[in-house]
Amino acid sequence: MEIVYVYLKKRSEFGKQCNFSDRQAELNIDIPPNPELAEQFVERSPVDTGIQCSATMSEHEANTERFEMETRGVNHVEGGWPKDVNPMELEQTIRFRKKVEKDENYINAIMQLGSIMEHCIKQNNAIDIYQKYFTEEEEVEVTDEAPSAKTINVFRDPQDIKRSATHLSWHPDGNRKLAIAYSCLNFQRAPMGMSSDSYIWDLENPNKPELTLKPPSPLITLEYNPKDSHVLLGGCYNGQIAWWDIRKGSLVAELSTIEFSHRDPVYGTIWLQSKTGTECFSASTDGQVMWWDIRKISEPTEIVVLDITRKEHLESALGAISLEFESTLPTKFMVGTEQGIVISCNRKAKTAAEKIVCTFSGHHGPIYALQRNPFYPKNFLTVGDWTARIWSEDSRESSIMWTKYHMAYLTDGAWSPVRPAVFFTTKMDGTLDIWDFVFKQCDPALSLKVCDEALFCLRVQDNGCFIACGSQLGTATLLELNNLASMLQLSDPNIQPSMFERETHREKILEARHREMRLKEKGKAEGKDEEEELSTDLEALVGVAEEEFLDVIFTEMKRREAEAMRKQP
Amino acid sequence: MAEVEETLKQLQSQKGMQGIILVNTEGIPLKSTTDDPTTTQYANLMHNFILKAQSTMREIDPQNDITFLRIRSKKNEIMVAPDKDYFLIVIQNPTE
Repeated sequence: MEIVYVYLKKRSEFGKQCNFSDRQAELNIDIPPNPELAEQFVERSPVDTGIQCSATMSEHEANTERFEMETRGVNHVEGGWPKDVNPMELEQTIRFRKKVEKDENYINAIMQLGSIMEHCIKQNNAIDIYQKYFTEEEEVEVTDEAPSAKTINVFRDPQDIKRSATHLSWHPDGNRKLAIAYSCLNFQRAPMGMSSDSYIWDLENPNKPELTLKPPSPLITLEYNPKDSHVLLGGCYNGQIAWWDIRKGSLVAELSTIEFSHRDPVYGTIWLQSKTGTECFSASTDGQVMWWDIRKISEPTEIVVLDITRKEHLESALGAISLEFESTLPTKFMVGTEQGIVISCNRKAKTAAEKIVCTFSGHHGPIYALQRNPFYPKNFLTVGDWTARIWSEDSRESSIMWTKYHMAYLTDGAWSPVRPAVFFTTKMDGTLDIWDFVFKQCDPALSLKVCDEALFCLRVQDNGCFIACGSQLGTATLLELNNLASMLQLSDPNIQPSMFERETHREKILEARHREMRLKEKGKAEGKDEEEELSTDLEALVGVAEEEFLDVIFTEMKRREAEAMRKQP
Repeated sequence: MAEVEETLKQLQSQKGMQGIILVNTEGIPLKSTTDDPTTTQYANLMHNFILKAQSTMREIDPQNDITFLRIRSKKNEIMVAPDKDYFLIVIQNPTE
């Protein structure tokens, strides 16, 4: 619809002054709404509208005129000359130079600068101050930090009735799992309803154990098979031996028959290095050490009675508390007893009497831990009563080194697998001590209070960094050691063996002396009739000694006189 | 005058000396024991360097100032003793 309104103006009125006048509003066009058009449209409901409450901004673009840029270097050949001097003209430069030289400040300045410079020049000529020293020596990492350990994780016994963690075993490869045996070691004081379960924990998850092992009676010891990481061996409180295969589940794979097992709790179980990987042996306080093959676990393959009189009397046998076996010495093994004696035995002996090779006595109470030094197998560590002792196989009468008597009973100990001179001990007051006898002999290098209750067992991981210790209330704490305690120090290989040898030597000397004294005593006891002779002998001896003494003095005096006379002229 | 000459001669007589250049604060070589092109080159290059070093030092700590500058290179050592108005540049080949 086209609406046109034509404005007309006469030509003669162009440029004429405007005279405005009022007039009424005029209606030019009136277009009424047409409802029929509405049908072409549909009402829109609901309507989506975007609303934004923000500052309204506008965007502008601007373009400046292009500015030309170029990179260039400037070569200053000569510069700084004052304006009146032309650097090219030799005369002017010379004149300028001469003028400067006349300046009195110049002379003083030069003198001073000259002397400083001379000093440095002479220095340079004397030695090369930039010489690199000590290039041949290797960079020795010197860390000032003391050995330290920090707790990484704590694994608590999920049972309500708390039992003590009596044994820990690390998983053979990867060390990501820890098997802990729980039981109550107090004689017949296990509370009613105490569960006999033991657990395998995954280190990543301390909230819940990964696997539960259900033996018929609580386990005192638990060991992973180093050859097959799915198999575990456990020694029970009632004397039976049980083994599990993790793949089969948490129930016992096989159990030894009660009639042929131990009569007392099994305190030590160790896997043997055999081709089949199925042999193990166990020791208990009933005085027997039994060998088993887990394929036929109903009966032990061999039994040794720990009777040191070598008569195989079970009544006089000593109860075994700890067992030791080193795979590098496969025919020998050692047993630590309740009576404080370590018995060293030979497996390959023909008769049972010969099985027991020798004994080492020195502790006042049960020997809770026994371990050979992984680097020097001739020396072994025993932990019992209030001390830890280091023995050498050569000296049988006493230990070569020992710690002082502590305030609390020592419960477990272990060598560090990476550092030959470091071992760890746990005590009844909940402290873990790290001993480094290359560094300090009288005190532990580091003493840590792990928990308030007593610590019962300790196990070091193979790489030497992690230690797990189990306490009386069943909590196992995982600690990590820092470098100093876990890495091999450069000084160790030289100092340690010499230390051991020195101490062994000392003990041998003492032993020899003791033997002599004993012989003398025996001689004296036998020869009581010869007392008079002895006494006259003594007098004669004294007389002879006097004479000799006087002789020596006279000769000495004569010698001195002779010398004096020689010096005079 | 004579003392200046004497000082410089003393320095020159030291072992391993390759050259001595005396420059003023504007970079004009006043005295030199090396030939002209070397002198101008060293004077200009070292002048920039010294001024930069001085300004750096003062920026870090306004109360501090350079007392001596040593540049040890593979072949020789360049030493600069700065003063209020002058710089003494010495090139030495230190005998090891």
